[in-house]
Amino acid sequence: MNELANFLSTAIRLATPTLLAGLGIVFSERAGIVNIGTEGLMLIGALSGVMGSLLTGNVWLGALIAIIVTVAFAAVFAFFTVIIKADQTVIGTGMNLLASGLTITVNRAVFGANTSPPKIDTFRTTPIPLLSKIPYLGEIFFRHPVPIYLAFLLVPIAQFMMFRSNTGLKVRSVGENPKACDTVGINVTRTRFLAILYSGVMAGFAGAFVSMGQLSFFTEGMIAGGGFIALAAVVFGNYTPLGVMIASLVFGASNALMFRLQALSTGIPSQFPLMIPYIITIFSLCLVSRKSNKPAGSAIPYIKE
Amino acid sequence: MEGMTIKQRLQALLRTLYFPIMAIIASLLVGSIVILFTSKSNPFVAYGHMFQGGFGTKRSFDATLTKAIPLMFTALSFSIAKRSGIINLGAQGQFTAGAISATAVGIYLTGLPAAIHLPLTLLAGFIGGSLFGFITAALKVKFGASELIVTIMLNYIAALLAAYFVTGPMLEQLPPYYPQSPAIPKTARLGSFIPGLNVHTGLLIVLGGVFLYYFYLWKTTSGFRMRVVGLNPTAGEYAGMSVARSTILSLFLAGGLAGLGGAVEIIAVQGRLMITSFSESFGFTGIAVALLGNLNPLGIVFSGILFGGISAGSLRMEVLTRDVNASVAEVIQALIILFIAGRMMFQIKRRRKMTTAADPDVQDDVLAEDTEGADTPLPEPAIEKAGDQA
Repeated sequence: MNELANFLSTAIRLATPTLLAGLGIVFSERAGIVNIGTEGLMLIGALSGVMGSLLTGNVWLGALIAIIVTVAFAAVFAFFTVIIKADQTVIGTGMNLLASGLTITVNRAVFGANTSPPKIDTFRTTPIPLLSKIPYLGEIFFRHPVPIYLAFLLVPIAQFMMFRSNTGLKVRSVGENPKACDTVGINVTRTRFLAILYSGVMAGFAGAFVSMGQLSFFTEGMIAGGGFIALAAVVFGNYTPLGVMIASLVFGASNALMFRLQALSTGIPSQFPLMIPYIITIFSLCLVSRKSNKPAGSAIPYIKE
Repeated sequence: MEGMTIKQRLQALLRTLYFPIMAIIASLLVGSIVILFTSKSNPFVAYGHMFQGGFGTKRSFDATLTKAIPLMFTALSFSIAKRSGIINLGAQGQFTAGAISATAVGIYLTGLPAAIHLPLTLLAGFIGGSLFGFITAALKVKFGASELIVTIMLNYIAALLAAYFVTGPMLEQLPPYYPQSPAIPKTARLGSFIPGLNVHTGLLIVLGGVFLYYFYLWKTTSGFRMRVVGLNPTAGEYAGMSVARSTILSLFLAGGLAGLGGAVEIIAVQGRLMITSFSESFGFTGIAVALLGNLNPLGIVFSGILFGGISAGSLRMEVLTRDVNASVAEVIQALIILFIAGRMMFQIKRRRKMTTAADPDVQDDVLAEDTEGADTPLPEPAIEKAGDQA
């Protein structure tokens, strides 16, 4: 039982970057934007978070800096896709390559290639008083760093915003039928641009959580597909915040299983457990892709006539 | 092109080159800002070293050509898929799969004469890569799974597979047990073919691939169908062309080309499969090559050589400036992707209106634009979904 509680607690912790990034992507996807560049945005968030934390000595200020820097890069993506109307996938791929090259260049210029990472302030475990004392449940749900609580608290808020608010309606309509929106006076360009910036906020925070919540340093290419998995979580979660949460937990559990198998010395070569999250992601896409809420205007630039 | 005066031809050529040149200039400018912020070197001095290292001498051009070969393979891979409306982000994985299977045939099927062993090794590379392409296509056709995410997941899986093989079944049983396979025997190696230069016969193979890419897409019925489906899947279906068939065939060929590239890289350059064999991003750089070359056969050759030069020259730049990291090359390549895909920002408005009507080149450009709209692969019944979640 203790084993299980431990496993579930790990699954929640590992699900969090996917959930954070996914809660951003779900809005930009609904607005008709496929941002393959989320991986790169998270990488930028991870590095700028560490640099910010080192500079200010405070992990929250570090995360804030991560968000600001990442939003700036999200604006570049938005500029090319929404204003210039370039192919979203290609620009996203370019952003990923840019993030990979830039983070390596900056990381080596700032920290040097082979030195041990400096000590920085990180997100520490903050048990919730009383609740964390509940046997089992306390360990699973209430002994985590603050960003994890935030991520899960955000789910109902995002769900409400998406389906019960004006903003959500606008976002969904813009993705579904931009032309009609334009006719009734909804600014398609602005709505899409803002949706991308918001997904940048979440990707930046997610990246900062990877480098400062799960680890306490930056390594080159450390997101290792996390951004793509978040994108898959949105598809798997059928484009709703609640669905994204469930998908993230599934992926988090597959990650936890990977670590468990690695630790168990089962004789299975270490590379195979490492494949589990990627394989589960492919499976999940095959399961849901046929009957999905994917917006009709997805990935199609809107050109005003 | 017949019946044009020299002046008209020159103008046409300039029009074709306008966007790539603008993209390269813009990328170098933004790249110089990155160099200014991350080092104490003068960006232009750094670029000078890069250019020298890529194109300055016969020897550096030799290295550039060698670097260009795998990039042209992965660029062909991206291009042939894109021509049929598929975004293949999996060239890296297909390249890796091809390298693994070619290594297997190279080191296990020994005792054959080179005339048999070498073609078998290359074939193994092609099959290994095309298998990965086929998996992607099958999941897309059968389950509607987006190739974007599937190909990327397969990249990670392929990298882990390679790590497994070089540390496990293929590990060279010699102290100090480096994670690498035994050397590929002579009968399965590709050597140089120009005396005094290192560049290997893989160059001829990739140029053959470029020619076949051209011949297949523009001179055969099957290739024509593929392009029609790529431009407009709905129209293709109406004309009796199968989108599923086109998807499977194009990803099979795309994977095969990337896999062949992986095989060539191992048997001609690296000599064995190593844990570091894929530390360079052959797949994603190939996308940049394909886009800069506008998916055009000759364009792929020239931009492949340019990117090979950037890659070869960046090492010299790192050594000679001491503080400019070679990863700046990756930044420049990424910027080229952005500025090529966003090339409309360089469009001079007035000229566009004047030329669109009669100019075949611009027409072609418009067609290329259309391909990009075909990202949403199969037409979906897309009505009244916005409200049903509430």
